[in-house]
Amino acid sequence: MTKLIELLVNGVSLGMLYALISVGFVVVFRSTDVINFAQGSTLLGGGYVIARLSPHTGFWLAALAGVAATAAFAMLVDRLLIRPLRQRGARHDVAAIVTIGLDIVLLTDLTRRIGSDMLHLGDPWGNAVVNIGPVTVAQTRVAAMATALVLIGLFGLAFQRTGWGVAMRATAEDTEAAMLSGVRHNRVTLSAWAIAGALAAVASVFLTASPSPGMDAATGQTALKAFPAAVVGGLDSMTGALVGGVIMGLAESLASGYQGQLTFLGQGFGSVMPWVVMLLVLLVKPSGLFGTKAAARV
Amino acid sequence: MSRRVLLAVAAVVLAVVPFYADTSLLQMGLFVCAATIGAIGLNLLSGVAGQLSLGHAFFLAVGAYGYVALAGTDDRIGLGLPTWLAAVLAPALAGLAGLAFSPISSRLRGLYLGVATLALVYIGQHVLYSATDLTGGYDGRPTPRLSLFGLKFGDDSGITVFNVPLGQYELLWYLGVVLAALAWWFARGVVAGRPGRGLQAVRDGEVPAAVMGVAVRRAKTSAFVLSSVYAGVAGVLYALIVGRVVPDSFGLTMSIDYLAMAVLGGMGVVGGSVVGAAIVTGLPLLLGRYVDALPLLAEPGSGGVDPSSFARYLYGALVIVLMIFEPDGLAAVARRVRALLPAPPAVRTHPSTTPHPRGGRP
Repeated sequence: MTKLIELLVNGVSLGMLYALISVGFVVVFRSTDVINFAQGSTLLGGGYVIARLSPHTGFWLAALAGVAATAAFAMLVDRLLIRPLRQRGARHDVAAIVTIGLDIVLLTDLTRRIGSDMLHLGDPWGNAVVNIGPVTVAQTRVAAMATALVLIGLFGLAFQRTGWGVAMRATAEDTEAAMLSGVRHNRVTLSAWAIAGALAAVASVFLTASPSPGMDAATGQTALKAFPAAVVGGLDSMTGALVGGVIMGLAESLASGYQGQLTFLGQGFGSVMPWVVMLLVLLVKPSGLFGTKAAARV
Repeated sequence: MSRRVLLAVAAVVLAVVPFYADTSLLQMGLFVCAATIGAIGLNLLSGVAGQLSLGHAFFLAVGAYGYVALAGTDDRIGLGLPTWLAAVLAPALAGLAGLAFSPISSRLRGLYLGVATLALVYIGQHVLYSATDLTGGYDGRPTPRLSLFGLKFGDDSGITVFNVPLGQYELLWYLGVVLAALAWWFARGVVAGRPGRGLQAVRDGEVPAAVMGVAVRRAKTSAFVLSSVYAGVAGVLYALIVGRVVPDSFGLTMSIDYLAMAVLGGMGVVGGSVVGAAIVTGLPLLLGRYVDALPLLAEPGSGGVDPSSFARYLYGALVIVLMIFEPDGLAAVARRVRALLPAPPAVRTHPSTTPHPRGGRP
């Protein structure tokens, strides 16, 4: 029982991280119809900046710099690579392929820099744990959950209550109509990309903190597990991103935790669990659990 | 006429290559051949039919491991079939895998499909690592040597032409070139014919395609199956070249590389995939071969920019630049360049023999 509770808590915490990253996918997808395949390497880049700076500046300053760096980078991507395509009216998968090209370059560079090292981002929680009754949870997991909740909550609030949120929602609803009503589309997309970049850097801190061993060149691939979260949620739904993230986190945590009983599925099955869940969901609901159904009758 | 002459010259050049090239060059050429076949397959799916797929590595793995398991005689699971039969059945197996995925692939569109196919790569790699009885796990399995009509594709083939012994790579070279040429020829037929028109209609809009009488889901399924078969052939050839298949090779990087090949050459342009394959697969190997002579590059592991990283920077950047300025890829760039050049004399004197009656897409 204790084990189950621990796994559930860890799963929810991991799921919130996936949710954080997939909110990044969703916010970019809703405002620009682009799926950003470079999100994983952006996350790796953010983590790399934090890991290199934190021995000199301390963790908090480094984290701030990392978040700023990925946000600025994502804004540059939108300004320099995505906006020209938008203005030309290119198909959406062309932009997706641009982000794949970007991913090739970025990942090659980071892999070369990181090599076979294991980087540590120097977070202040270390190996400390929290005991609630018989249940033991790593402090980083609690911090991850709290951070993700606060960020997603703030984000949701801004989305519903501020002028910026209205502009964002209007853009997602109908870009052209929003532009005609005075929404500055380029600013909306810039802010969307900045948020996605910043969230990636935040997620990098918690994805690589204890109990995971640290950050290596493959961490970007871990981050890609936010894709199933976003797709299961439906790509264009914020609630979906949150629910999808938690589903994926729970699935992964439970499958890893009960690996002993699931040996026939192979060592490390937990880490592919999100992909399996995604395929199962897509079999039943091709546009995800919360996604807008693309209705077409012929 | 001039086109036939060109083809004949190309065939002769390709036929004499093994008499002059050393093993590492031949190997490089073979990798490009295998990549060409795979890239043409992906191009049919993603370029012609507009279905973005990042799962190509999975189907290559099915082809490669399928061949190894069907022909395998070592202590792992293996049927011990004649190798030529295994080489034919393995791509069919890949096609079946593509068919099995069709309940998902035929219902999803564009970017959703791209993400869904990512799952194939991760789940596939997990299976390759875990099902050790079948795949050999982390260390992989050795590829059984191919033998075709009594001809052994090994250094003991016993064939000597003009005093040059034709060993494993020389013989594989001929096989690879023939397969790549067949793959090209067949794909051109598909694109130019009725199925290709149907797929292009699906790419340009599923609803209009359906209105025009294209069975959209069936078209998407068949594109997926066909591209998987191509990947399977590429996988078999790849397995024969490397001599031992390991799970590490069939990761996301391979899928992305194949997408880059299809994109660089030109989405929907079959011939472009050859160029794409040469750049993405051939360039790193070529740079690695001449690393000592190249000023900016360093040996792998020495901290500098190694050849394969350099090549990846280059084609990653090329993908970005092309997509922004010329989304139809290098094929379109070539077309532009050709339009700038004065027309070649053969065309000028016989305007009636212009080689492209179909118009566009050479």
